[in-house]
Amino acid sequence: MRLAEHKYRTTSRIAGQLLHVEDVHAARIGEVVKVIGPDMELEGEILEVTKGNVLIQLFGETRGLNLENAEIIFTDTIRQVPLSKDILGRRLNGSFKPIDGLPMFLASEWRPARGYPINPVCRLRPEEFIETGISAIDGLNTLVKGQKLPIFSCAGLPAKELVAQILQNAKLRESSKSFAVIFVALGLTFHEYSFYLKALQDIESEFAAIINMADDPVMERLMAPRFALTVAEYLAFDHDMDILVLVTDMTNYCDALREISNARKELPGRRGYPGYMYSDLASLYERAGRIRGSKGSITMIPVITMPEDDITHPIPDLTGYITEGQIVLSRELHQQGVFPPIDVLPSLSRLMQKGIGDERTREDHRDLANQLYKHYAKGRELKKLEAIVGRDGMAEPDQLILDFAAEFENQFVHQGTHARSIYKTLDKGLEILHAFNLVPVGSLIKQPKE
Amino acid sequence: MKTVTTGKIISISGATVRTDLTGLTLFERVAVGEQNLTGEVVRLEKDGTVLQVYEDPSGLGLDEPVKGLGVSLATTLGPGLLSVMFDGLQRRLDVLADKTGSFIHPIHLDSSLDLKKEWSFIPLVKDGDIVSSGDKIGYIDEGPFQHPIIAPPGTSGMVENILQGGITLEETLCKLDNGAEILGYHSWPMRVPRPYKKKISPKEPVITGQRIIDFLFPLARGGTSIIPGGFGTGKTILEQTIAKHADVDIVIYAGCGERGNEMSELIEEFLELEDPRTNLPLMERTVLVVNTSNMPVAAREASIYTAVTLGEYYRDLGFHVLLLADSISRWAEALREISSSLEEMPGEEGYPTYLASRLSSFVERAGIVETLSGDVGSLSMILSVSPPGGDFTEPVTQSLLRTSGAFLMLDTTLANSRHFPAINWMQSYSLYKNILEDYFKENFSGDWQTLRNRCREILHKEETLKEIMEIVGIEGLQEQDRLVMTVAEKIRSGFLAQNAYTDDAFCEPQKTLDIIRSVTEVYLKGKTGKA
Repeated sequence: MRLAEHKYRTTSRIAGQLLHVEDVHAARIGEVVKVIGPDMELEGEILEVTKGNVLIQLFGETRGLNLENAEIIFTDTIRQVPLSKDILGRRLNGSFKPIDGLPMFLASEWRPARGYPINPVCRLRPEEFIETGISAIDGLNTLVKGQKLPIFSCAGLPAKELVAQILQNAKLRESSKSFAVIFVALGLTFHEYSFYLKALQDIESEFAAIINMADDPVMERLMAPRFALTVAEYLAFDHDMDILVLVTDMTNYCDALREISNARKELPGRRGYPGYMYSDLASLYERAGRIRGSKGSITMIPVITMPEDDITHPIPDLTGYITEGQIVLSRELHQQGVFPPIDVLPSLSRLMQKGIGDERTREDHRDLANQLYKHYAKGRELKKLEAIVGRDGMAEPDQLILDFAAEFENQFVHQGTHARSIYKTLDKGLEILHAFNLVPVGSLIKQPKE
Repeated sequence: MKTVTTGKIISISGATVRTDLTGLTLFERVAVGEQNLTGEVVRLEKDGTVLQVYEDPSGLGLDEPVKGLGVSLATTLGPGLLSVMFDGLQRRLDVLADKTGSFIHPIHLDSSLDLKKEWSFIPLVKDGDIVSSGDKIGYIDEGPFQHPIIAPPGTSGMVENILQGGITLEETLCKLDNGAEILGYHSWPMRVPRPYKKKISPKEPVITGQRIIDFLFPLARGGTSIIPGGFGTGKTILEQTIAKHADVDIVIYAGCGERGNEMSELIEEFLELEDPRTNLPLMERTVLVVNTSNMPVAAREASIYTAVTLGEYYRDLGFHVLLLADSISRWAEALREISSSLEEMPGEEGYPTYLASRLSSFVERAGIVETLSGDVGSLSMILSVSPPGGDFTEPVTQSLLRTSGAFLMLDTTLANSRHFPAINWMQSYSLYKNILEDYFKENFSGDWQTLRNRCREILHKEETLKEIMEIVGIEGLQEQDRLVMTVAEKIRSGFLAQNAYTDDAFCEPQKTLDIIRSVTEVYLKGKTGKA
């Protein structure tokens, strides 16, 4: 701990949001600095220290700053987030300053924004079913408490409508008293932002929002999710709350990461994204989960817009390697008028197996899901064949499967804006299987009720 | 051992730290900063040294002390490793949790093993006996597991004094006439392969209980299989299923840069499930090395060396060991991040040019050997690979293809239609299948090879017929070809696919054989009936 604040006027270089300061006596990696210029005050973080030279990353616009007028104050602290339950109901920006016109809440505690990794031995296996009211998710790609399940969308697809619907319906099987949503907007346009805000205000649960708009500083885009997750950890593990963290759009986050990395003259990796993007994304996503000895949980639904609709693009690719599955939206289904346009084949929930079955949903859930998957996959394959040989050239059983696939898309996946309970979802699946005589003999699957 | 030397930090960039301290050796372990963060020497220069810090460096400041510890980054080996979960630097995660709670904070831990715990030692040698490197001097009962205590490599002489009964690991169990002392544990530098007498050519398989692997693409004891696959193709589930059922004595599971929730699932399952051979929880034959994706990157790089050193140690005790690493791509990425922060010239896709040589020398640490004491022990490896975009032409997959013996390619299309394990039967291969032929013939059935050829023939025919069928439709196929399609479908759904969540997760080789025999019988009848 230093006894006095250190102040310097020895800036040697300013390039974009990077600042070099010379002849610094003591500095730490990650230390927060304040930069005071004419009519402005910025915060920054120390990236590199070489002998007396310090490289600082600034948060915010550096216009107006020059080598002479910049005054740098070293604070000897690392970036901390003020925490309190009072954050619920508030809206803050990417620098964690209120933007709802109200004064800042009083912090009961401060914690570093980057957080610390959860010790793997202290993690609790996620296994509690969350009902989203959406058949393609609840029935086939079940979400559980403590899971991170992203939505892979394409430009122009109704990802935000889907998210809004999840928000409206999401409930835990045993309705939890203390449930809250933390909404993180990254590089959103005003149009999208107001849509989400309205959706949030329509739900009954409490929420807090960290907002970084499309024209806000890029660096704040990297900090906003970290602030949000620090808040989430505090609410979940100190106050036993179930927290749903909604982040949109992670593609903007990754582009910001690329921009900053490039400014730092780092070696670019695939498509110009930095080589550490996997670790960086993991440091966010891995903060979801449950912990032994705490009743709370952090469930995360990030939204990703796949550039060029390409699932092998580095952003969805690296995300898929970290998250526990993905919900993939399909342009084709959207064009068919299916809502939500979820393509169940590439979609996946890795934690589904533990969250479904007898005591969680229904005993025939697993068998039912497997049968639906199997026949729909076959149907999609046959569709390609149909394009070549035509329907008449196909055997009767194959035609049946084709019809099944169409029915599945139009009846099961397509549900409009109405929520379906898990039982209704399962009954719907059952009904379609039965209509096509596709229930295998001797399976657990029940007969539909009369 | 060298004395501790101290210097100062002169620059920091991420986890790369430069110090004015000189006289260190390459790969020497250092304590960095006031918090004594673990680091390793990565580059020596005339007026300073470059270090890689293995923990979160935030808060590290200029002029903080750096201490050279005179030893390499090493793995501690001895009784008490089984059923423990370590991080990449072999720190006990349960002890870490006691110290820093549910979240990991940078902290210095003294030892990976409990050196104060009392064990019962039964000597196998007596005063006056000559012991040499690798010889068993006695054993400790580690639960039901007999843990031999060996003379560490490089230690030999005549026994002057040997203890018996209640001991702790830090006690001198055996004193030799030349002054050398054998303790209950020893350390081994993780980047150096442990010595053995000679390597033996593999002859026996590791039975994994996965029909497609055991029957079509078997793994030999001492061999290496790689499992590349895009995300969602079931790498982790497959690795974990094999970890549960493989017929080996010891399993080392390295969770390298993967998900935390998967690890908690693994622990819970391993505590619940029993090893059918011993009726003990699976955990008691398992050591976990875990560095999840959000834990420090440099420690992730070290984690597979910790794991392989542990594996070699059990091999040297005369056991059959299986090392599963998930995923080796995350290790390669850690290597890339470190290399890039050292400002080294990048090779293909930004990976350092030494990627291939590091990988091949790692894979070479697998093998079946005659140990220094004359026993036979083996270390087999199954490594999962996560190629970016599911594209197998990337450097990690390509380097591993050159050094490993079996290639189990996971297929996204199969995974999408929920066919698991999603191993592609047309593209995968095993170079061990011929050398294991005799073993299968002698131990299971003489027609092993005939059956395998028949199975492959059907699957191959199906592939060709599929193309024809796409044009003419199934109606257009001849009756015999239609039979092939039906049988192939049976093989796919009833034989190659195996549900990891049911009793079918493990299939005895005998049963594997029975299933394939009955499934292909129809085909054979149809064929001969026609002729």
